[in-house]
Amino acid sequence: MAEPAPKSNPTEDRLDTLAMPQNGWADATRKAALARLREMGLPGRRDEYWKFTRPDSLVQSTAPVAALFHNEEGPLFGDLDRLKIVFVDGVFDADQSDDLTLSGVRIDRLAESADIHWASDLYGALEGNGHYVPRPLAALNTAYATDGVLIHVTDRAEKPINFIYLHENETSDAILHHVIKLDPGAEVTLLETGPAAARFNKVMEVDVADGATFHHVRAQGRDHERRAATHIFTRLGAESVFKSFTLTVNGRLTRNECVIDITGDDAVAHVAGACVGDGDFHHDDTVFVTHDALRCESRQVFKKVLRNGAVGVFQGKILVKEGAQKTDGYQISQSLLLDDDSQFLAKPELEIYADDVACSHGSTSGAIDEDALFYLRSRGVPAEIATDLLTLAFLAEAVEEIEDEVLRDALVERLQGWLERHRG
Amino acid sequence: MLNIKDLHVQLEEEDKQILKGVDLTVEAGKVHAIMGPNGSGKSTLSYVLSGRDGYEVTSGQATLDGEDLLEMEPEERAAAGLFLAFQYPVEIPGVGNMTFLRTAVNAQRKARGEDEMSAADFLKVIRERAKALKIDADMLKRPVNVGFSGGEKKRNEILQMAMLEPKMCILDETDSGLDVDAMKLVAQGVNALRNEGRGFLVITHYQRLLDHIKPDVVHIMADGKIVKTGGPELALEVENNGYADILAEVA
Ligand SMILES: Nc1ncnc2c1ncn2[C@@H]1O[C@H](COP(=O)(O)OP(=O)(O)O)[C@@H](O)[C@H]1O
Ligand SMILES: [Mg+2]
Repeated sequence: MAEPAPKSNPTEDRLDTLAMPQNGWADATRKAALARLREMGLPGRRDEYWKFTRPDSLVQSTAPVAALFHNEEGPLFGDLDRLKIVFVDGVFDADQSDDLTLSGVRIDRLAESADIHWASDLYGALEGNGHYVPRPLAALNTAYATDGVLIHVTDRAEKPINFIYLHENETSDAILHHVIKLDPGAEVTLLETGPAAARFNKVMEVDVADGATFHHVRAQGRDHERRAATHIFTRLGAESVFKSFTLTVNGRLTRNECVIDITGDDAVAHVAGACVGDGDFHHDDTVFVTHDALRCESRQVFKKVLRNGAVGVFQGKILVKEGAQKTDGYQISQSLLLDDDSQFLAKPELEIYADDVACSHGSTSGAIDEDALFYLRSRGVPAEIATDLLTLAFLAEAVEEIEDEVLRDALVERLQGWLERHRG
Repeated sequence: MLNIKDLHVQLEEEDKQILKGVDLTVEAGKVHAIMGPNGSGKSTLSYVLSGRDGYEVTSGQATLDGEDLLEMEPEERAAAGLFLAFQYPVEIPGVGNMTFLRTAVNAQRKARGEDEMSAADFLKVIRERAKALKIDADMLKRPVNVGFSGGEKKRNEILQMAMLEPKMCILDETDSGLDVDAMKLVAQGVNALRNEGRGFLVITHYQRLLDHIKPDVVHIMADGKIVKTGGPELALEVENNGYADILAEVA
């Protein structure tokens, strides 16, 4: 008698396609992550946390094909003095990368590091911290990441570090995991650029010690068909600063999660994003900020420009724990819908257990202001340029979260380029 | 210069006739004033001429130096030399005043096949013209009209006019909400632009602006039509007796 075919289980189906890398010090963590993942199961359509974004293509066994994108624009931050760390379809490329030496910083590769004591305490630790909501794609990452970078910042980094993610294979499925540890008072700017792969699963854990400063500016690649699920997990010590900005242009599906635990007093956490999408584009920003200390400030500023049926999602939460007095929490998510087919779905949440706090949140979605458009046109500004000006103005509040003017200008130029290519 | 013939306009959204046959010609070098009670259609006329959405021209025509204005996009009308100082200037958060003006000046130059103005030249010219209108550097940097007082907004309109150097300037109640000093500044700004090649259509409620910007011709508009045309003395008549007498006389 034939056995009945076992019911297919998406989590196990996916795991069947993966092999767990062995690198000694992380093995136990990887196994623990796998156990957590099995317990959670990969996200499905009915999961509350995936209500607005279909996880199917992020979960399925193989990466859907993603055509490569070419245009005339040169590499982002090309003129900037930075330390380049290049991955091609998720594989470290030593030839295109700089020497991994930088004053104030120690850099190792996850895949090659034999025994990294500081990292063994951190790898998977911030990810595995629970954080109230299951994040199975991140657990999968911890278990199966094939490479990534371990960065220990002991001082002020001499120059920015730039992860450059090239996408050269239409079916690449990349899983990278980075760990960044900043010692007390240390400072680093991390840049991330490029589409990375047909499907990209990335986790970045950032431990920011007392008085340390972490700046992060990311531009996700322009390949229209790429998919990505990324997570940032960060823990902030007293008087530390964490500022992260993400620009997303194009991409079939992007889910960017950012989980911020503020554990030290007087810390500052800003996370911002600007995205522009045209047509078959789905972009999801999911943020969870936990205040568990005194007098901390958090800001979430997300702006989305959507056209031709593009979809934007924002799920943002501020959790203020008991005793986290004088918390200053701000959250704004807005979309500019350039037509009636596009859609913005937002779920802003505040959960507050302290009585002396100032938290505000707002979410709006709207069209171009016709009065402003006419005013500009009446001065001779052609409609499409006027629309671009108003669109950039709409994005400005998010873009201005980037402190460094050079980085900001470079991203604004990319946005302008996109708007020019997507007129009419 | 500006020729309006039997212009009939209704709202696009509802079946409401607002302009009911406007005839008006403004010659180059002349200042015409339009006065009239609230709701008579003065702003509507200015919007229709500059190309705002929401109005339907059911008959008649409007030309600028023989070119059909009604066929053009708003930006084409601007490049052809038409300028409207808005009754209610629009606030545009996130767009710097200076960026906006430079974009506008260069877009118009480009549309006319002229060279763009360099950033340095532009800066020099705008500083000088802003100074005459007592507009400081801070106002130039701020987002367009955001946080400007009523008077600042109106001066900003005149600055735009000074920078764009239009052929035909329409000013819609540029005096409303201004104190005497601000009105003098605005009037000086306008007078500085008066020359043989440029026409003005000054819409106002009050005679007092016309003490400072001396009109050649004064029209009275009521219920969507020009009902009376005369010289500067007509404005004085309105000032002294209100509209009632004039309207009764033409009824
Ligand atoms: N967009 C509009 N929607 C509805 N009514 C309008 C609109 N524009 C103008 N009107 C009406 O048309 C008439 C003329 O208005 P307007 O041109 O502003 O007059 P004025 O500038 O002379 O005070 C008024 O009755 C006004 O309510
Ligand atoms: Mg009016």
